[in-house]
Order: sequence, then structure tokens, then C-alpha cells
Amino acid sequence: MLTKRIIPCLDIKNGRTVKGVNFVNLIDAGNPVELAKKYSETGADELVFLDISATEERRSTLINLVREVAETINIPFTVGGGINSVEDVEILLKNGADKVSINSSAVKNPDLINKLAQKFGSQCIVVAIDAKRIDGIWKVHLVGGKQATDINLFDWVVEVANRGAGEILFTSMENDGTKDGFANEALNIISKLVNIPIIASGGAGNKQDFADAFSIGNADAALAASVFHFGEIEIPELKQFLKKQNIKVRI
Amino acid sequence: MKIVIIDYGAGNIQSIQFAIKRLGFEAILSNNPIEIQQADKVIFPGVGEASSAMKMLIESGLDKIIPTLKQPVLGICLGMQLMCKHSEEGNTNGLGIFDVNVVKFSNAVKVPQMGWNTIFNLKSKLFENIKENEFMYLVHSFYVPNTDLAIANTNYEVEYASALQKDNFYGVQFHPEKSGKWGEKILENFLNL
Repeated sequence: MLTKRIIPCLDIKNGRTVKGVNFVNLIDAGNPVELAKKYSETGADELVFLDISATEERRSTLINLVREVAETINIPFTVGGGINSVEDVEILLKNGADKVSINSSAVKNPDLINKLAQKFGSQCIVVAIDAKRIDGIWKVHLVGGKQATDINLFDWVVEVANRGAGEILFTSMENDGTKDGFANEALNIISKLVNIPIIASGGAGNKQDFADAFSIGNADAALAASVFHFGEIEIPELKQFLKKQNIKVRI
Repeated sequence: MKIVIIDYGAGNIQSIQFAIKRLGFEAILSNNPIEIQQADKVIFPGVGEASSAMKMLIESGLDKIIPTLKQPVLGICLGMQLMCKHSEEGNTNGLGIFDVNVVKFSNAVKVPQMGWNTIFNLKSKLFENIKENEFMYLVHSFYVPNTDLAIANTNYEVEYASALQKDNFYGVQFHPEKSGKWGEKILENFLNL
């Protein structure tokens, strides 16, 4: 049986991990490569690196990091943040990224999804979608959730799948940072609308939240940052917990 | 030991080179027929779409070379599928090393299959010291139905062949270079054949 995936997300700024990270026995917790290694050795199924730097040198710094991560770890990883073109994707994949994630650039230029899927294959194209409800209707948001659009979340989900996305990373801005659980109702609708894998993001606070994302939200994978970085949830324990609830995981 | 990864423009082959380096070996990337023929081990990777990958092989003449190789050859993911007779992806003929056809998963399951699934009915030296039902990382929309050539099976919609062997030719549907330490062990087993 295909298992549900647990995915730690690392925010990267100028080649360093940001957001406080509280790992014992880690010499340099700000070093993304060390963190990635630690996660891959403790049962993470995949990793996501989200680059939030805004400097001129960001591109070359990110490429060097991707290369170093690919040299070091032996599980798949996705790179996202500021990817706007076929060339951006090509250089990341060439340096060892397994998948890339696009977000705002896909909303501004939906044809980019088709182009990337044709050139590199759907399997390496993740479309990330940030959304929250406005007057009760789920709307896609840009710029890390700061800027609302008129696009209905569920319409967009269907469109990105039709255009060739291989996977959808759905972040509920309503849940993100609350530690109150994932947006399971919306997740469940999304997973019925399209036939590609869905990664749940935003809201993880405890182990049951992950179980709910899989069993109620029907997600294929669940992503979180702070609960892993601060050691509030250890991945091996989380997987044992899920297994006891008959959720298939890799142990 | 001379290890060659066939470089015909297909996707992320850097990861395989890195994985071999982690095992303490160096692999070179090449599309030169002589270099490939002289290698001790040949790895045939592939990420992307079958018919366009096949076109690239034909343009470079490698479609004629690969089936004649005598040393151990390992096809990975699309590489394995291209070693088969025919693929539904782009309706293309393959290299015909494995006398089986590649077909698409139905919409009864999510396509692509993406993530970690188990391999079982392990039959080859390739899987020495690998336990039954070990997890491997897979990303694919097309698969090889079960066959006599299967040396491993995986279950997704149906029980299918997730690894094949015929003489010196091996193929794995999963990505050993991305499947943690046990994936690396399979690569090491291949290098030790």
C-alpha cells in the first residue's frame, strides 16, 4: 500500500534556515543541510525548502544549497519560492531538486504550468495554493497569503490539475500558525475534485491533527514546520501514532 | 570499477551520481557508445515522457547499443520502462529487452502514484539483504503488469512488476537513489554484481 507522507518544511533565507529551530545535538541548526540530514534520518518522507530571500544573490545561493542538499540526503525534496520561468526550474532540477513548487507565478501566468509539465513531466511540478475564506467563499491568495484574488479555490484546483500539475500543496491561511488542525473540510473537497496527490499544509499542532488530515481531509501528505523544528512532535512517534490508527505510514 | 550513467538528456540524473558517490564510487555521465560499452556497470536513468525519451535515444543511436550490452545494466524508473517492448505513454515502442508492455494506471487510483510503497516477492541478487516489504520511493503514472520477468512486486491498483530482470539487464520502477538507506543498498548490490 502507498503510504501517507510526512513532510517537514524548511524556510530558507540567504542560504540559512529561518524561524527558530530547537534541535538538540545539532551543531548548527541554522544550516539547512544539517537539518535536512537530521530529518531524512529520523523518518521524514520528503522535504520542502521554501526560499524567502529577496536579495540579488538569492538565485546562486539557492542553487548551491540545492546541490549540497542533493549530495547529502537520500530522500526526495521539493524547492519553492520565487520560481517564475522554465529556466528557473531547469537549473534547480539540474542541480538535484526532485520537484519544484510554483505559487504566485502560476496564478499570474497559468500557461507556465503547461509549459513546465510538458518540458519536465508533471511528476516534478507541484502547484502551491494559499487560500482563505472571504464572505464564506474560499479564495486564492498571493504573496504568502497577503494579497487576495478573485479566484475561487476549487476552480483553481481543477484548472491546475488540468494544466498538468503533478501535485497540489494546499495551505489554508486560516489555519496556518493556529495549531488548531488542518482545513480538513476544504481538503476533502479538493481531494475529490482532482485525481492527483494533495499535500495538506497549515495548522498542525498535535499528532491527532495529522491523523485527521489523512482520515477526514483525505490528504496524501501533510506538511508542517514549527511543530517539527521545535521538537514538539517527533516524526518517529508521530508515525507510530498514525499506525495505531490504521493509517499507512513508512516506518 | 568504471560506472557509466547514460546521459541522453532525460531529467534529473545528478541524484544518481550523488548516490553512487555516497557509496564511495565515481560514476561518469556519458552518451558515448564506446565509453558505455567499456563500462563495468551501466545505469540507464530516465525521468520524463516515454516517446520523447525514446526519440532522444534513437537520435543518438543508443537504441541500438543498449540492447547489445553484456555487462550489468540497471534501468531506473522511465529507464526500466524504455527497456520494455512498448509503452502506452506516447504510444511508443521501447528497446524490447523485456518482452512486456507498459500500461497506464486507471483513474480508480490517484495518478501519478507518488510516495513510498513496499516491494515484495524479491527474487534477485539485486535485493540481497533487503527484507520483504521494504519501502521504496516511486513516482509514476505507467506500470508493467506482473510478468515472469518480475523480481519484485508492488501493489497499487493491481499487483504489478516493480522490478524486472533478464540476463544482465535489470530494471527498477522505484528510485533507489531516493529511497533512503535501503535504496542505496540496492544500488550497492547492483555495483557488486
